[in-house]
Amino acid sequence: MSVLPRTLPREQVSIPRGFAVRHSLRRFALHAVVLAICAVWLVPTISLLVTSVRPAALLLSSGWWHIFSSPGQFTLSNFGRVLEAGQLGHSFVNSLVIVVPVTIATVLIGAVAGYAFAWMPFPGEAFVLVLLVALLGLPVQVTLVPVLQMFSALHLAGRFPAAWIAYTGYMLPFAVYLMRSFFKKIPKEIIEAAHVDGASPATTCLRIAMPIAAPALASLATLVFVWTWNDLLVSLVYLGSGPAVAPMPVTIANLIGSQGQGQELLAAGAVLSLVMPVAVFFALQRYFVRGIVAGAVKG
Amino acid sequence: MSRQALDLALGTTIIPLGVVAYLVASEGAVGRYRVDRPTLRAWLWLAPTLVLIGGVLVYPLLKTIYLSVKGPDSEKFVGTDNYKAIFTDPSLLSVLKVNLLWIVLFPLGAVLLGLVTAVLLDRVRYERIAKAIITVPTAISFVAGSVMWRLIYTYNAPGTPQIGTLNAFLNTVLPGFVPKAWLIDSRFNNYALIFVGVWMGTGLATLILSAAVKAVPKELVEAARIDGANEWHVFRRVMLPELVPALAVVTTTAVIAAIKVFDIVYVMTGGNYNTDVIATRMYSEQFAYQNTGLACAIAIVLLLAATPVLLANRGAMRREAAA
Repeated sequence: MSVLPRTLPREQVSIPRGFAVRHSLRRFALHAVVLAICAVWLVPTISLLVTSVRPAALLLSSGWWHIFSSPGQFTLSNFGRVLEAGQLGHSFVNSLVIVVPVTIATVLIGAVAGYAFAWMPFPGEAFVLVLLVALLGLPVQVTLVPVLQMFSALHLAGRFPAAWIAYTGYMLPFAVYLMRSFFKKIPKEIIEAAHVDGASPATTCLRIAMPIAAPALASLATLVFVWTWNDLLVSLVYLGSGPAVAPMPVTIANLIGSQGQGQELLAAGAVLSLVMPVAVFFALQRYFVRGIVAGAVKG
Repeated sequence: MSRQALDLALGTTIIPLGVVAYLVASEGAVGRYRVDRPTLRAWLWLAPTLVLIGGVLVYPLLKTIYLSVKGPDSEKFVGTDNYKAIFTDPSLLSVLKVNLLWIVLFPLGAVLLGLVTAVLLDRVRYERIAKAIITVPTAISFVAGSVMWRLIYTYNAPGTPQIGTLNAFLNTVLPGFVPKAWLIDSRFNNYALIFVGVWMGTGLATLILSAAVKAVPKELVEAARIDGANEWHVFRRVMLPELVPALAVVTTTAVIAAIKVFDIVYVMTGGNYNTDVIATRMYSEQFAYQNTGLACAIAIVLLLAATPVLLANRGAMRREAAA
């Protein structure tokens, strides 16, 4: 995109002196406000990063900013300790075991249902769609107790499949709705041409419609991945806080709860937990942004 | 570890294979019966979604309503007693009050800051990096954010070195400042928590409003400037009316987030020191006090509070998409 000049070239307009002074004052105020907000937004992150690499002994006597006045006093041992003693290495893998299948399942099942809504008219369609839309943004709290009872009865509580089922179910209304609106934008001729060529609906969906909708699938996958990776409540309730299955947010919340755990371990744990979503944020920013904007009210 | 690896391998292979196999099998089933084939196929394609949604959303919602008119152990029918308790018991009323504070202040903070950043960032050359700084918190967990803000709010007794960022900062700039226990002192701990929410939530508002700001026709703004309007008037009379649909989306979204807030309070104070909100109280009624009836009634109150806002949000989204 080309950037249009905001003002006319200087030669063509004569700017009065007072205007120029007021203008530069305003520019100064503008930058001051923007930079102040950025500073407030950065400080928590910087304080966390610095705390995670400071030796435990120093943390109790001086604030994190002292690392700038007395540099050289840093250590990576906090990470080693939290990975081992804090079980965070195990939790990192648990998070992956929960999040990756949930992402795959939500995207695939959501895409198939979204395709059915977009390209397969059937009696009762309007009713099912209304039901689905009504469930968008349903607070998970209204489901916690019965779902936990159900998982306990099925001997699934505290095991990964419980998290897979729960997260996928919670994300599906949004996933189906998003994919439906995306599939509907595919030109009718393309779908009809595939059918004329003898492609079955399954082939048309998997081999033609889904590749066309790849950007939407990527946005959905990014959102589901980050949201599930970061979620505390659902894992806390259905998996419990046992170290064998607890994902990172649950383990870190436990570290906070158990007094006597050092700030440095907590900080190192939090840094490890945000490596993945922040990497996704910067690597897939375009998809992530589209995803969270579309999914503003989900779950 | 090997158990985890096995689960991960199963989860990543069985699900895609299962979905494909399911589609193929349904095609076989559709071919076998002499029925309205397109209709059968459509229902088969929707079946996995409907089963999952029925299992974790629809049935549990109905069951929660049923459990909310029962006693703590779901045995005795108690009518509306649980609901009466929510609106009469002093400790539950205070929960509603704290949540109301969230519902007012969180959207106010997030939307105002989102608007300010969206409008101002449009005028600076480092927009991309500044926007990344403000939106990164939307990608991290509330838990990690809470750990960060505990470092900011750390309290040390007056006279000892201040390790918490906020107390140390105020100590330096305000002579005679007395360090505050930001998370414990109930005069301001809720504001401290809400600000953490604002810090995490503003990014989304910035993104949505920034897109709306860029969609305001440039000619409109330029025409107003040429007509001699100052920047405030350009914003107030030209920009703001164009931003109303996006502002409605952002505000309703923020109100819903405030109604449902859980993680920040659970992690930072555990709901202690008069910071309990609806969602944390529901959690402790169920899992600490085993009062299932009251927990379910609290959940339903949460849903009833969220429903009108959700409907407004849906309408706002439609209008914004149309705009």
